[in-house]
Amino acid sequence: MGKISLEVNGRKVEKEAPDNTLLSTFLREHLQLTGTHIGCDTSQCGACVVHVDGNSLKSCTALAADVNGSKVKTIEGLETNGKMHPMQEAFKKLHGLQCGFCTPGMVMSAVDLLQKNKKPSDAEIRDWLEGNICRCTGYQNIVAAVKEAATKM
Amino acid sequence: MKDFNYHSAKDSKEASKLASSSSAFLAGGMTTIPSMKLGLATYKDLIDIKNIKKLSGIKVSGKSVIIGAATKHVEVSNSKDIKKAIPSLSSLAEGIGDPQVRNRGTIGGSVANNDPSADYPSACIALNATIHTNERKIEAAKFFKGMFETALKKGELIEAIEFQIPEKSSYQKHPNPASRYAIVGVYVAKHKGDVNVAVTGAKSCVYNDKDMSKALSGNFSSSSIDGMNLDSSEMNSDMHASADFRASLVVTQAKKAVDAC
Repeated sequence: MGKISLEVNGRKVEKEAPDNTLLSTFLREHLQLTGTHIGCDTSQCGACVVHVDGNSLKSCTALAADVNGSKVKTIEGLETNGKMHPMQEAFKKLHGLQCGFCTPGMVMSAVDLLQKNKKPSDAEIRDWLEGNICRCTGYQNIVAAVKEAATKM
Repeated sequence: MKDFNYHSAKDSKEASKLASSSSAFLAGGMTTIPSMKLGLATYKDLIDIKNIKKLSGIKVSGKSVIIGAATKHVEVSNSKDIKKAIPSLSSLAEGIGDPQVRNRGTIGGSVANNDPSADYPSACIALNATIHTNERKIEAAKFFKGMFETALKKGELIEAIEFQIPEKSSYQKHPNPASRYAIVGVYVAKHKGDVNVAVTGAKSCVYNDKDMSKALSGNFSSSSIDGMNLDSSEMNSDMHASADFRASLVVTQAKKAVDAC
């Protein structure tokens, strides 16, 4: 058991949690932020991607304890005053999702890409999304959505 | 995942002191955490070494590149100094896993784990690396002992890895299409006087292919290893690639690496 102090989506949180608590579990079960999904649970699918101190990571493969003191951003933290983030808008507009299970991780990963590369090519987008698996869309519309968002961000 | 005690060490001394027969050092956790979740490994104590400042960073001199053990793959792939000194090393780092893995995984973790398909061990062999631990310096050729086995003793912690800057080098791999690990990876490095051909993914442990090294030391051209028939009896065989296919891939990737040098 240890105290976990994080800043999550701009809000300071402090909670006791067992040492073996994964960041994904901490977000979903201790903070009720269930927008972060758990798909494969073996760090392959990317549904659990969140940002820690500005970089994307798979929250099912990080301990809450080992990101203690960090700033975390989840899918719930993207909107501003009820308005969707340009990446969310682009996924909606261009049908970058069907069942939507992978979408939170896909969006968080894509936002991190645009932080690092403002105008990525198709190949760069596909390469970056290596760790995000979608079983519905065939990726075409996801790539299109990321390109569209790049023009808006 | 079974319960354990998490510790964050301030320095190597403290990390080493906390170590026991039922503990593990935690760096990026990209292998340790999934192994524990799957029940393949259980530890009583996890000793986080990421916050030890001394273990992160990159130093490049005229002859060598020294990378701190807790340096992340993304830092190696983005380092301008490494790109200039050993471009093949930064491209190796760029090809590990996916961006999220590269944001967390560390070079020391990869080397200490010695997965038979890991990329970094081949760089250590090809680039005549020296593994600096909190106790001693170990030559890469004597470090990798077998599948997931190294010369590290209990409580011994890798602090940095020193790579010799080669005249020319290239790392080429045939990645698993889903996970990007090396089904076969070959790191060719031409040093003054000799050539190393380090192979990962093909056998239970990384190795230097002596026959190809000899052929390339005589004539550094892909034609000198073209059609070479490697013994596949000790090669891995699984649903992804048979031993014979791996033997053939080793030559193909080695030729690609020589051509890319």
